[in-house]
Amino acid sequence: MENISPNSSRVVASSEAHIVIEPPRGWAALDLKELWHYRELLFFLAWRDIKLRYKQTALGAAWAILQPLLTMIIFSIIFGELAKLPSNGIPYPIFTYTALLPWQLFAFALTNSSNSLINSQNLISKVYFPRLIIPLASTLAGVMDFAIAFLVLLGMMAYYHIIPTLAILYLPLFLLLALLSALAVGIWLSALSVEYRDVRYIVPFLTQFWMYATPIAYASSLIPEAWRLLYGLNPMTGVVDGFRWALLGMDIQSGLMIGVSAIVVLAMFISGLYYFRQMENNFADVI
Amino acid sequence: MSDIAVRVENLSKQYSLGTRGTNLTLREAISSSLRTPLKWFNTRSNSNARKFWALDDVSFEIKHGEAVGIIGHNGAGKSTILKILSRITKPTRGRVELFGRAGSLLEVGTGFHTELTGRENIYLNGAILGMSRREIDRKFDEIVAFSGVERFLDTPVKHYSSGMHVRLAFSVAAHLEPEILIIDEVLAVGDAEFQKKCLGKMNEIAGGGRTVLFVSHNQDAVARLCQRAILLESGRLILDGSTEEVFSQYLSSIDRLSVELPLDPAMVMADGGVAWKFDLSRFPIAGDSHGSPYQSKVIVLENGKRLGPPHTFHETIRQHGMGAYSHWGTYLYFSSSDNTDPRSNGRAYIVKLDQLSQE
Repeated sequence: MENISPNSSRVVASSEAHIVIEPPRGWAALDLKELWHYRELLFFLAWRDIKLRYKQTALGAAWAILQPLLTMIIFSIIFGELAKLPSNGIPYPIFTYTALLPWQLFAFALTNSSNSLINSQNLISKVYFPRLIIPLASTLAGVMDFAIAFLVLLGMMAYYHIIPTLAILYLPLFLLLALLSALAVGIWLSALSVEYRDVRYIVPFLTQFWMYATPIAYASSLIPEAWRLLYGLNPMTGVVDGFRWALLGMDIQSGLMIGVSAIVVLAMFISGLYYFRQMENNFADVI
Repeated sequence: MSDIAVRVENLSKQYSLGTRGTNLTLREAISSSLRTPLKWFNTRSNSNARKFWALDDVSFEIKHGEAVGIIGHNGAGKSTILKILSRITKPTRGRVELFGRAGSLLEVGTGFHTELTGRENIYLNGAILGMSRREIDRKFDEIVAFSGVERFLDTPVKHYSSGMHVRLAFSVAAHLEPEILIIDEVLAVGDAEFQKKCLGKMNEIAGGGRTVLFVSHNQDAVARLCQRAILLESGRLILDGSTEEVFSQYLSSIDRLSVELPLDPAMVMADGGVAWKFDLSRFPIAGDSHGSPYQSKVIVLENGKRLGPPHTFHETIRQHGMGAYSHWGTYLYFSSSDNTDPRSNGRAYIVKLDQLSQE
């Protein structure tokens, strides 16, 4: 890692950096090299978000635990006790908490990244860096909360004597899918938000609607067979089922479903990247 | 390999006013695209929008190690050129080539967060300006020493005085060490003593063999940093030459700037006099918001003829019952005490900035 720093180039040879600035034309390719160059900024911005989140709150980082925990309690009472939704043999609290974890990460990352560009107006109009860093950083910032809340899950598993199988090794994959899904939507919405401030109002509805379309309070086996494929288009269905499978050993409804949703996410992500790149050139003029 | 550091070729930038640019709602966009579906594909070439060229076919070259000042009235295209060179916005036409790592200071304190401590802000701001963590680590002590806020390093910036805030921000920015440095008027920050320190630091940067592009209204600052200057007017390059040469043309061009007062005054004063809102930003010195060292003089013209000798802003002009009123010339006040209605005969009164002179 010694000499990767871009600044060392200044010492070595001054002619190394050659930048050409031209009018935008056609579809711009994604400049991964440049993105890598700015990786430190990505972490600094994510770190700032994490640092600022619970500043001046009395409970501080405890909020990261309280949010899923309180939601779990409410869900357990309403859906578990009163509505008696089946949880397929798993104690309802842990059944729903396992789903709430990736869901809250997803919802947070989605909301945060969608609004990220508007919230960074002054940066965008004053400094250059790949704008993609902004939604990326705000997506990453949610991972810390997830990690804290995950510790509670481990405690609950011990309490309910649930021993994870080797399937737990797949967990990072499902986590990645959740993040990628949030990012895919977040990139689209953040780029749209520069011109259309409607995004601010769309996002809360979107997440609420999306939550009902995701098996958090109920099991995905509740969905009639005929609708499964359509239901599987929701990537969060795959993520939640994956989490329950990897941690609680529940049956996964269909591996195919997860495959389908992963492809959907990938398509959205890639198209989002292109849309973002296309709009990027005008951000500073329009925002 | 050439010794060119910055090459600007036929650079133009068009902005549209009105319809685009303001934030449409999604509904408007959808309904308009439904009405005229084809237009959706080329919304960018919306012909309804009024357009203007902020930059019009500007070309110049800067050699490695050269310091060049960019001078011009407000709206001449200086900021646009800086924004394009620092890659914040793209040109409409033309091309820029930068040979070397470029860094820009368009505003001190970009990305500062008031909830974070001074130490945290140094790292965050440094990263935003393009420094690596290692680089910030290395320069940290120097940055802190220069800013003079050692004692408050672990205090959230929101508790800083505005002076401390600006000093820390400048300090981080000044330690950015790109080969090509693009600076907007960030020099005159803080108190007089710190300003001197800033100028010294800037001299050091410019003297250190770095290529500098510097935009300012402050003749003194430009003259100290740059041997060469470029004069822009209405988006065009008017003159490219020595700093003295360019400034003398610039100062003489000020005489051509004038403000015509509308027939209806902005307000009627208690004594029956009338006052016009006098838009000082139209004049170049007004852009120097940090308190200009210049003394500005104003002459009042009636149908192209001078009404009395030029007057400084702050003093009341007695001739012909007119007065320059309010501080820093915000209002031009015509007193009724001399029984002269300035609006009689519907004559146009034109206010000109006559000359700039160093105090």
